[in-house]
Amino acid sequence: MKVLVLGATSAIAQAAARVWAARGAELFLVGRNSERLGAVADDLRARGGKALTLAQDLNDEKQHEPLIENALQAMGAIDVVLVAQGLLGDPAGRDEDPAAAELILRTNLVAPVRLLTLLAPRMQPGACIAAISSTSGDRGRAQVGVYGASKAGLDSFLSALRQRLSRRGVRVLTVKPGFVHTPMTAQRKKHALYTSPAVIGRGIVRAVDRGRDVVYLPWYWRVILLIVRLIPETVFKRLSF
Amino acid sequence: MLGSWGRYPPPRHVAERPIAWRDEPLPEARPLLAYGQGRSYGDSCLNDGGALVPTAGLDRFISFEGSLLRCESGVTLGEILSLSVPRGFFLPVVPGTRHVSVGGAIANDIHGKNHHRAGTFGRHVRRLELLRSDGRVECAPGDELFAATVGGLGLTGLITWAELELKPIPGSAMRVEAIPFGGLDEFFALSEESDARCEYTVAWLHVVRSRGIFFRGDHAAGAARPPRRGLIVPFSLPLVIDLTTEAFNKTYFTAQKMGPRSRAEHFEKFFFPLDALAGWNRLYGKRGLLQFQCVVPTKEALQALLQEAPSSPLTVLKKFGELQSPGILSFPRPGFTLALDVPNRGAETYALYLRLENIAVEAGGAIYPAKDARMAPKSFARSYPRRGEFERHIDPAFSSSFWRRVAR
Repeated sequence: MKVLVLGATSAIAQAAARVWAARGAELFLVGRNSERLGAVADDLRARGGKALTLAQDLNDEKQHEPLIENALQAMGAIDVVLVAQGLLGDPAGRDEDPAAAELILRTNLVAPVRLLTLLAPRMQPGACIAAISSTSGDRGRAQVGVYGASKAGLDSFLSALRQRLSRRGVRVLTVKPGFVHTPMTAQRKKHALYTSPAVIGRGIVRAVDRGRDVVYLPWYWRVILLIVRLIPETVFKRLSF
Repeated sequence: MLGSWGRYPPPRHVAERPIAWRDEPLPEARPLLAYGQGRSYGDSCLNDGGALVPTAGLDRFISFEGSLLRCESGVTLGEILSLSVPRGFFLPVVPGTRHVSVGGAIANDIHGKNHHRAGTFGRHVRRLELLRSDGRVECAPGDELFAATVGGLGLTGLITWAELELKPIPGSAMRVEAIPFGGLDEFFALSEESDARCEYTVAWLHVVRSRGIFFRGDHAAGAARPPRRGLIVPFSLPLVIDLTTEAFNKTYFTAQKMGPRSRAEHFEKFFFPLDALAGWNRLYGKRGLLQFQCVVPTKEALQALLQEAPSSPLTVLKKFGELQSPGILSFPRPGFTLALDVPNRGAETYALYLRLENIAVEAGGAIYPAKDARMAPKSFARSYPRRGEFERHIDPAFSSSFWRRVAR
C-alpha cells in the first residue's frame, strides 16, 4: 500500500501512519520541519514501513504541483492520501487579528482544496482520499471560531469531491475527530471526552479499509453533534461550550 | 489533572507542559518533572507547585537493529513488546504492568521477576540522552551522570531517548508452574530451588493464612493466545476492596491450587495479569491506596514484616539476586522484597505504614521510592546512603514532591 501523508508530523497523522507502517506500507511524508519528519520516518521504518520524506510548507502554493509530481514519481501510484495539516490558533489571535484568521483558513481549507484539486485526477480507481476535518465544522462555536469555519468549508468541499469522484471509483473519507490529546490542544483544559491520537489513528485506518464516507471518532461524537445541531439558534447563541 | 497511580497524595502542580519532540527545549516553568505514564504509586511522579512535563508524545522508535532498540523516552514497554515479540525479542526486565514508559523504567531502575538473573532495567540501558537546563548530554554506563540518572527519579534532567539491549526469545509463550505452599520455610526452599533453574520467579502471599502460590516460568517456543482485554473500572468503587479482600484471596488461592500446576500461557498473562483490569486502582476509592514495597536483607526481618502485614489482595514476595544495581539511588539490593497494597484509611493506614517502614529500615532494608508516599526523611537517609553523591547531579531546574519530602 502506498500512502501520501500531508502534514505528517501531526499527532493524528503519525498515529494512522504507524498502523499502515506495521502492515509494511510505503509512506511519503510531507511536513514543514525536516528534523521532525526524519524522527517520524525513523519511527515508521522501525515499525516495518518504508518512509520517504519531503520537507515542505504546505501553505507554499507554488510547491503544490512539484510536490505531487515528486510523490507520484517516488511511489508510482498513490493508494491513500491523508490530509492532516491543521492549525487551531488561539482564541485571542484568530478572533481579533485578521492575518491570524486568514492563516487558519489557508492552512485548513485553501491548501487542502488546492492540493486535492490537483491530486483528484491523478488518483486511480480504488484509491482513497482521507482528510482530517473536525467535529468543530458541524456548527460554529465561539470557542473554535475560524477553525470551525475552515473545517465546515473543508467538509463541504469533501462532500462535493466524494460525489464527483464516486463515478470513477475513488473514495473520499471525511474524518471528524472530537477532542484529542495532541500538541494542538496542549494548552486547553482537559476533560473526560479527550481521547488519544492512537485511538483516532486506528479509527482512520479502519474507516479507509471499510470504505466509509464520513466517520466521527470516537463514534459517539456523531450522537453528540446530532444533538448540538438540533439546538435552536436562539438558545445556541447564549451557550458557551 | 495528572496524578499518581495510588491517587495519594492528590496532585497539586500548577502547570502541565507536554513535550512531543526530541528537538524541543525544556519548558520555561520551574521546577520541572518529567511525567511518563503516572504508574508510580506515591509522589515521586508529582511536582506540587511546579510543572509536570508529560512525555506521552515522545513515543517514537528511532532504530531497531539486531537486539539494540533505540527509542524516545515516552514509548511504553507494552509498545516495545508489541514490536519486538513478533521479531523474537523481549525486554530484558519487565515490571508488573506493561503501561510504563521507558523514561520511567530508567528513572526508577525497575526490577522484575527475573531479578536473580538479569538484575535491574538500568543494567540493560546502553546509552541515553538527557535534556538538562544547561543543554543536552548523552551518557552511557561508566559515566557518573548515567549512574545518577538510572534510578534518579527524573531529577537529573529529562530523558529524551534511550538505547536498550533486548534479549532473544523462542516465542510469545511462557512455560509456567504455579505451586501452592504453606509457610515461609517452604517459600525459601522453593525460591532456592527455582531461582537456580528458572528465569522468572515470584510468590503471591495470602498473609493471614500464611500460605501462597509460587510462580516460576521461562520463555517457551510457540505462540500462545493473548489474554482478552476490555474490562475497565470506570469510576471509583470505594467499598469493593474492603468487602472482598478475604474472599478474593481464598478464591484466588483455591483456583490456582485446583488449576493445572504446569501450563503454557501468553507472556502478557504471566507478566501483566492486572493489565486485564484497566483502572484497577479505582477499586480503592477516591482516597486511593498506599503500596508498601521494601527490601530486607534477612529472613528474620521478612518474618517480622509479615507479622505486621495486613490482609491485602496483592501481596507479592520475591528474592532479589546479587547482581549490582547500576544507579546511585537504585532500590534493588540483595534480600527479600515484599510488596502489598492497602486502601488509604488515613491515620491508621499511615501508622501501619510507619511500623512496616521502621521494621524494614532498622533491619538494614529500604523502601522503594516509586511506591512510596510516606517514608520519613531519616529512613531515606539511612537506606540511601549515597544521597550526597547523587545530589551533585541533580539539575537545578528539576524537582519532585517526593524529593522535597524525603531529602529535607
